[in-house]
Amino acid sequence: MSTVATTDTYFDIKKIRTDFPILQQKVNGKPLVYFDNAATTQKPQQVIDAINKYYEGYNANIHRGLHSLAEKATTAFEETRLTFQKFINAAESEEVIFTKGTTDSINLVATAYGRKFIKASDEILISGMEHHSNIVPWQMLCEEKGAKLKVIPVDEKGEISLDDVKSLINKNTKIVSVVFASNSLGTVNPVKEIGQLAHKFGAVMMIDGAQAASHCKVDVQDLDCDFFATSGHKMYGPTGSGILYGKREILEKMNPYQGGGEMIKDVSFEKTTYNDIPYKFEAGTPNIADIVALKSAVEYINQLGKENIVQYENDITAHAHKRLAEVPGIHFYGTATNKVSVVSFTIDNVHPYDVGMMLDAKGIAVRTGHHCTQPLMDHYGIDGTIRASFSVYNTKEEIDFLADSLKDIVAKFS
Amino acid sequence: MSNQNIRIIQDDIIEKFSMLDGDMEMMIGYLMELGQKLPEMPDELKTEENIVKGCQSKVWLTAVEDDGKIYFQADSNTAITKGLVSLLVSILNGQKVDDILEADLYFIHKINMNRFIGTQRSNGFMSMIKQFKMYAIAFKTKLENEA
Repeated sequence: MSTVATTDTYFDIKKIRTDFPILQQKVNGKPLVYFDNAATTQKPQQVIDAINKYYEGYNANIHRGLHSLAEKATTAFEETRLTFQKFINAAESEEVIFTKGTTDSINLVATAYGRKFIKASDEILISGMEHHSNIVPWQMLCEEKGAKLKVIPVDEKGEISLDDVKSLINKNTKIVSVVFASNSLGTVNPVKEIGQLAHKFGAVMMIDGAQAASHCKVDVQDLDCDFFATSGHKMYGPTGSGILYGKREILEKMNPYQGGGEMIKDVSFEKTTYNDIPYKFEAGTPNIADIVALKSAVEYINQLGKENIVQYENDITAHAHKRLAEVPGIHFYGTATNKVSVVSFTIDNVHPYDVGMMLDAKGIAVRTGHHCTQPLMDHYGIDGTIRASFSVYNTKEEIDFLADSLKDIVAKFS
Repeated sequence: MSNQNIRIIQDDIIEKFSMLDGDMEMMIGYLMELGQKLPEMPDELKTEENIVKGCQSKVWLTAVEDDGKIYFQADSNTAITKGLVSLLVSILNGQKVDDILEADLYFIHKINMNRFIGTQRSNGFMSMIKQFKMYAIAFKTKLENEA
């Protein structure tokens, strides 16, 4: 097992692995090697316990109940908001809105901001490596409004250039929405600099932070982004929990997202007045249990230390690139200088689906296909890749096993 | 009730799979071997209209009829799926139109196919079976019109 010296502590992988009960199992008779972390990470016992404790001890609907359980549930729910505010360094807790996840957050902005402020001939700028969730909501908005969607090109290394951003951005650009760290390539984009360019032309800057939240330092005030979206389940938290960060002055002038309970101040058949942020955007009973448990996920990351996590993941990703390069016929997609722990590749004469299934037979879980980034796959002229994505509980030994397994598979096809 | 020939081939497949003892790697290896034995399909037959719809991988299937029997050609762009389609070719190739239509493919349940190929591939596999039977229906109609 790897024990890595980090800046201020020893990072005990063996101990970390015991926090994740799912990792202790065998799959197809082999010890599970979980390399599909960019799709979703596994959950530590602390997060699982938090869900159980909520349902066992204080399940109640939040905000309106006067009884003790409702009070306890409300407090726990709002504590997650405060914890997340600190986690991303938002100026105010009201700027943190709970959603189902990144997709929901982006749709919220496309609907509640876009429908109000986007007009015909306006432009929305995204990059060529976006997940479908950061393409389709904007396409829908553009179709509705007669606006134009423009795309920052991706180069062979899987990077975008600020010069291209400069040439594409203009006074018609109203929204720029770019992924912080690509789920298919791992590329970390210069979102802060892109945001500065967006602001120069009066556009709002949105960051898709689905992959970034657990792999990159996130400080929304330093990034000076107008919106930041992420998902709890990609950062050791429960599925169905996510956040949208937005700057107060922008959130306040936006339309509500959905109508219903919680998002109102007063309702009559003649006129309804809306609640203040963040509740204006949180219609209906939210996913209380999972949002309560999301706090434990943030605390788990804080306890390990984001810098330690980043350092460890960079270390094992470099190891993966080195070991996988030994596999005959391998081609890497995404070799950016600054990247998170995603290694995407194809192998000559072996279809990704075959590789995925043969690795599964060895207990190794990878993702194969287009990773919800079909335009990016089209750019490279491929149907899809094999993607191994690493997390804090993965080891160099597991990566060695992947490399050796891939060599075995290639041998079967030659 | 399937014809005896179709039952014998299926029973043979069931026996071979039972010897693999549920080992995923061995089952995949066996399927790939079967796929490699599938007669080559000419590239000109690998057209968009010969693609079986509903499969994640590309699967091409064509058929010709001769004297009331149907002869299939198949291929896939993935080795494991090629093995899966080759199982069906080995059972249904050269069988009579009505036998194909009536074939009860019980081997799928006996070898516990769903468990080892997963739900998505199982759906794709069902699409392949449907396409084999569609060819049989088409040839049956043609033969009846000619009669």
